[in-house]
Amino acid sequence: MSDHLPVHFTVNGQPREGHCEPRKLLVDFLREDLGLTGTHVGCEHGICGACTVLVDGEAARSCLMLAVQADGAELMTVEGLAPAGRLHPLQEAFREHHALQCGFCTPGMLLTALDLLRTNPRPTEDEIRHGLSAVLCRCTGYQGIVAAVAAAAAALDRPR
Amino acid sequence: MKPARFAYHAPASVDEAVALLARYGGEAKLLAGGQSLVPLLNFRLSRPAALVDLNRVAALAYIREDAGHVRLGAMTRQRAIEFSPVIRRRLPLLAEATTLVGHLPIRTRGTIGGSLAHADPAAEYPAALTALGGQVIVRGPRGERTLVAGELFQTYLTTTLAADEMLVEVRLPMMPDGAGFAFEEFSRRHGDFAIVGIAAMVVGQAGGRCAAARLVTAGAGPVPVRLRAAEEILERDGLSVTAVEAAARRAAELVDPPSDIHASADYRRNLTRVLTGRALRRAIARLDVLSPTAGERAG
Repeated sequence: MSDHLPVHFTVNGQPREGHCEPRKLLVDFLREDLGLTGTHVGCEHGICGACTVLVDGEAARSCLMLAVQADGAELMTVEGLAPAGRLHPLQEAFREHHALQCGFCTPGMLLTALDLLRTNPRPTEDEIRHGLSAVLCRCTGYQGIVAAVAAAAAALDRPR
Repeated sequence: MKPARFAYHAPASVDEAVALLARYGGEAKLLAGGQSLVPLLNFRLSRPAALVDLNRVAALAYIREDAGHVRLGAMTRQRAIEFSPVIRRRLPLLAEATTLVGHLPIRTRGTIGGSLAHADPAAEYPAALTALGGQVIVRGPRGERTLVAGELFQTYLTTTLAADEMLVEVRLPMMPDGAGFAFEEFSRRHGDFAIVGIAAMVVGQAGGRCAAARLVTAGAGPVPVRLRAAEEILERDGLSVTAVEAAARRAAELVDPPSDIHASADYRRNLTRVLTGRALRRAIARLDVLSPTAGERAG
């Protein structure tokens, strides 16, 4: 179709491309066109945080970006956290601390926590709560999530 | 929901962006960080014929010190402002206000120009621009204009920018060294828009006197409100506990807030009093006695 625009970007280290209407949201392009269904669509207006991905290393709501805006960007989705099936230390901590129940918010929690720990490697509990206030968990399992992020911070910060 | 169809343009320069706005004659919307516009598109509350995406205009993202001012490009992201050493040193009130804007993943995309042009009276940046006595530079087909906050904000979500004009720069005078400051707000949940917010800045003087005070509301009216009569109490009576209480009471009389689903007018008026007191106490506690400005007071 003539009103489709080409989109090229890198997702989880892999170059990907496609065509879409300019109005297509990035989250829908990831899920429908690229089959990356790990990123969840929640509220579609930037409140729930379930669709959070990394855009050029920074956490962003993929329901508030057009796919065409990501042209040329480097993206990371939850699928990129565990290449070759080996869990990221954040995911290990989520498992260890029972930080997920239904799992709907989990991709957004993980990628938001990743940016939080990148910019603040030793957050206080209060800073973790503020950082994660960007993502809503309707199972209200926040306690475990906060504990998991604190544990992951300690694990990631340890010199290896 | 998903946005209705629109034509999409991603110009690389301000001139191209302005030309596109002129071409669409008011039917195009500028897309900055998208954190307010894209929800409106998704809900189809906004159905522009075209979007002019500013995210490829690299020349609009900068933070520069310049002759007593800090100049910020309109597309400077809120996260860049949050972490900028220049902003922390020269405009700590803006740095503090920024940490209250939305959430981390909102601030990575959201821009200072977008927030000001969106003109939500409950947002932090319109109040901060007013409190800091800043200006915005606006570009259109007829050239540039410079506006102070009072000339920019017209009413709820409405500025005096013409359909073919765009905000390109924010120019803020550096805060005096040693000035006390605080941005206090109350919201139901962290990251929500404020029900009421108060931006406060005080410049101290010998003997607990106050050389200058700035008090500005967010969320207490259709535009940010400068509480001049409350500032005058401090400038006349100093920074004593009694003067702060008097200024806070006066602040509540100076606002005419709306009632809506979030809060009644009375509640907002009371919050104005409480938050003005809190902001002033925190600002005064921060007055730097070692700075040249406050040296007189310490000596």
